Amino acid sequence: MPQLAELPLLPWAVALPLGGAALVFVVRERAQAIGLAVGVASAAVGLLLALQVATGGVQHHAVGGWGAPLGIDLAADGLSALMVAMTSVVGLWVSLYSSAYFGAGDGGHQRAYFWPLWLLLWTALNALFLAADSFNAYVTLELLGLSAVALVALAATPAALGGAMRYLLVGLLGSLLYLLGVGLLYGAAGTVDFRLLATAPLAGPAAAVALGVITAGLVLKTALFPFHFWLPPAHASAPAPVSAVLSALVVKASFYLLLRFWFWVLPEAATPVVTNLLGLLGALAVLWGGLRALTAERLKLLVAYSTVAQLGYLFLVFPLALGSVEGFTAWGGVALLLLAHATAKAGMFLSAGAILKASAHDGVSGIDGTAQALPVTVFAFALAGVSLVGLPPTGGFAGKWILLNAALATGQWWWAAVLLAGSLLAAAYTVRVLTHAFTRLPGEPPACVVPARLEWSAVALAVTALVLGFAAGEILELLRVGAPVSGPVLMEQLR
Amino acid sequence: MSVDTWLPALIVLSSLLPGLLIFFLDEERHALRTALNMAGAVLKIGLVGWMIWGVFHDHAYESRMSLVPGLDLVLEADALSVFFVALSTLLWLVTTIYAIGYLEDSPHRSRFFGFFSLCVSATVGIALAGNLVTFLIFYELLTLATFPLVAHRGTPDAMRGARVYLAYTVTGGAVLLFAVAWLSALAGPVEFTTGGALGGLAQTHRAELTVIFALLIAGLGVKAALVPLHGWLPQAMVAPAPVSALLHAVAVVKAGAFGIVRVVYDVYGVTLAADLGVLQPLALLAALTIVYGSVRAIAQDGLKKRLAYSTVSQVSYIALGTAIFGPVASIGGIVHLVHQGVMKITLFFCAGNLAETLGIHNVSEMRGCARRMPLTMAAFTVGALGMIGVPPVAGFVTKWYLGAGAVAAGAEWVLVVLAASSLLNAAYFLPILYAAWFREPVGPWPEEHPRGRFEAPLMLLVPVLVTAALSVAAGLLAAAPFSPLDWAKLIAEREYGL
Amino acid sequence: MSPLLTYGVAGAVLIAIGLYALIVRRHLLRKIVALNVIGNGVFLTLVAAAPRLGTPDPVPHAMVLTGIVVAVSATAFALALAVRVRDATGAAVLPPPGDDVAGGPGH
Repeated sequence: MPQLAELPLLPWAVALPLGGAALVFVVRERAQAIGLAVGVASAAVGLLLALQVATGGVQHHAVGGWGAPLGIDLAADGLSALMVAMTSVVGLWVSLYSSAYFGAGDGGHQRAYFWPLWLLLWTALNALFLAADSFNAYVTLELLGLSAVALVALAATPAALGGAMRYLLVGLLGSLLYLLGVGLLYGAAGTVDFRLLATAPLAGPAAAVALGVITAGLVLKTALFPFHFWLPPAHASAPAPVSAVLSALVVKASFYLLLRFWFWVLPEAATPVVTNLLGLLGALAVLWGGLRALTAERLKLLVAYSTVAQLGYLFLVFPLALGSVEGFTAWGGVALLLLAHATAKAGMFLSAGAILKASAHDGVSGIDGTAQALPVTVFAFALAGVSLVGLPPTGGFAGKWILLNAALATGQWWWAAVLLAGSLLAAAYTVRVLTHAFTRLPGEPPACVVPARLEWSAVALAVTALVLGFAAGEILELLRVGAPVSGPVLMEQLR
Repeated sequence: MSVDTWLPALIVLSSLLPGLLIFFLDEERHALRTALNMAGAVLKIGLVGWMIWGVFHDHAYESRMSLVPGLDLVLEADALSVFFVALSTLLWLVTTIYAIGYLEDSPHRSRFFGFFSLCVSATVGIALAGNLVTFLIFYELLTLATFPLVAHRGTPDAMRGARVYLAYTVTGGAVLLFAVAWLSALAGPVEFTTGGALGGLAQTHRAELTVIFALLIAGLGVKAALVPLHGWLPQAMVAPAPVSALLHAVAVVKAGAFGIVRVVYDVYGVTLAADLGVLQPLALLAALTIVYGSVRAIAQDGLKKRLAYSTVSQVSYIALGTAIFGPVASIGGIVHLVHQGVMKITLFFCAGNLAETLGIHNVSEMRGCARRMPLTMAAFTVGALGMIGVPPVAGFVTKWYLGAGAVAAGAEWVLVVLAASSLLNAAYFLPILYAAWFREPVGPWPEEHPRGRFEAPLMLLVPVLVTAALSVAAGLLAAAPFSPLDWAKLIAEREYGL
Repeated sequence: MSPLLTYGVAGAVLIAIGLYALIVRRHLLRKIVALNVIGNGVFLTLVAAAPRLGTPDPVPHAMVLTGIVVAVSATAFALALAVRVRDATGAAVLPPPGDDVAGGPGH
């Protein structure tokens, strides 16, 4: 029986979904069964990988035995491990959901093409989180973007096609800018490996320009205000499981790369102007996204704007953790928020998908009957909403509490105000949807049947967001492995 | 793992688990649902009784769980928490019986009783909270659990009332969160300690502590219905009577008032609070609320709305007692947690009975109803007299101690407030009593249910009589050991170090 | 001006032109071409950054080759998607992203 530390989990995390994607593309009649099996296996590998890092520290693997700088290296520290684990958990339940979601309506077309694209996307996510150099990250970023766009276009409605086209154009622009930055950075440092870049002497305008261009590209792909315009149309018109994956995972990938560059490669470039600018844009995203969600007509558009708002919180990591001696507080808080949002938002999209599947149309105002006929689904939506609002005892609360602590202990109380305003807006738009589950109906609600798998995968994800609140301590321990900042989890009397 | 560590957690779970189970029951499973409800309530009483015995014998009960390094969820039993927990548990049992009778044949009962149980779990968690963060967590859970109860009927009025309720309480919760986070950033995790937990900060951070106090009171004041944050309470009257009874006597309003007591005594400590000069404004605000609530009550024709404004007024007695420096006034404030609870729940049960049996919703419809429902109106009379402050009902004891404490602290203006409040209470209760007992009914009752063996179904009648009896007992037997007054004296003694 | 600097500046100019066209032009085909122009500008800049030790450094060239491959596949995909958009909406432009009125089921 091999030891956990000896298992080659890093290459398997990439190879398994990749092989699965190829297999599913070829054997199209059994796409669903094979896809689900590969999904479960990939999730298991991802979770084992997280365990491996938690117990064994930073992991490395040189693919094919060739090392850097010519070969492809895979590396996993605490942050990567958590991202891979997040992908695994969300991926598992989304796979289960998708196995019952796609009907045979359009000749099984959507069902057949969903699985290879979804497994390719999973491959890209794992490969990106485990990439040890910035150029490898570029390739995986492109793969991620292309498969995501294809998945959006799968719905084949005019809205979906338009959303997909816009997403593609913006995504390609973002990755080209990223590539430019990586090249310029190579010119300044002579390497693309993250570890070497972290220690290389990077001074002067070349490196700053490179970082600026990289940030521009990644910020575009992470839909930071005011570059968020592409996200609501794409996420709202995609099929429900695709929306879940896009909001929960895909946008987090570009944010992850931003963290890599700003915290490891060039933290010296973080002047207060820059960090506060990023924080300010994040704050505007929180407020703008929340307001647009309040007035959205369609249910999935509401949830998509909620994503825009929640992504804004993540950018508070820059003013609160970068350039701070004890930055781990904000670092941990943002990581928790990231994980909690991924599970809660995926749960929310999956439950919205189940409700809409039983509804005649996709507006918020017309879901009274279906909402009351599907209590389990509404419960999942409510629980996910509670995590997004940041009410205890969910993961969202743990993350917000830690960020509040960081903001107040360092005297930057305005970010605390933003956090609370965002919570109030989130409460408002969540309640907006939930009141439809309570309104008095003239008779019994019409019997609506959606496959049980749909309802329970949504519940599983919402409950995971709840569990994160209780497992926060362990998650923060894992995050410490290879963390770029140090300090206590909660700050005290720092003035 | 000894009894000492799991008893508090178990008390919370004793209503949480049945509640979660009830959600999954089909509507038709009356017997099972009733069994789960009653089992939970009885079990909780047993556990709380055990805890009281243990605290009396100097056991220290504490359940602790680490949420995040540096942040613990703490449930512990000190004198004040046991006081509140006992009230909540006893009144929950009574309300459960009442609710089962009241909601017979209503739709969505499983959903109702599920959230009902969650509501009580949250209240008990608030009572047993050992630090500010645990308090905050259960406080927010209470908001979440009570919203579906207010919205239960699903009518447009109910949804509007529920939305207003949620808007107020979530905003209050956000302010409270901000204040607690700020205080925790300054002082670390703030555990409730008799006499105050902020020790060394008093000298260096006076301004911040004052602002934080204001924010804490603002956040707690929403649920405690301090003017001008009381707007949600009359609107929430759209809820079914058991919900109004529970919210006003036990759960929501008391949670806010209890929080204020905790903040002043066990977070800041009454000495530090007096030193910072925050007690005077709090006393003024409480006094304002007392008078304002009573004045608005006079103008209300809706019975439940009138009782709602009466609650706004009465709950501020607790804040007033807390804000006056001195053990006697503190005793008055603390004991009113229990006294107001039993008296107000009696009144709301009566209102529910009148609505259910005779279709009466307004005061103007109550003429002569005592002839038809003598027992109910007798209980109502007891509650009303208690509100006015007539001995031997419990309300008199509260007013006595508040008045004596005010004089001892040199705040004679409080006597004026107390007298005015009694007069105003008389102004809006006595006419009801007179009309009910001594006037003839104008016409047929709005919606009469046929009279059974008793004037109302037993499940609606017995709880009312029990709580009315308790109101009298708390006043009559106030000098006896283990009365609410006795317990309040113990708490005040410990706070002032006597 | 050294040839390398020329390439670098040319690359920057191409990126600027492409960016302008991407934002301003409405027709999808023009947007796709604009992206290609930006791509070429990026590649040109990367090539200009290549020589470091007197002899050309192969790593940026490898990056450019990979980039070209990616650009080709992305362009193919974009063109196919543009055709689908044209077939679905009748015009080869981006549909406005506003809040649509309730659409069909099965999203």
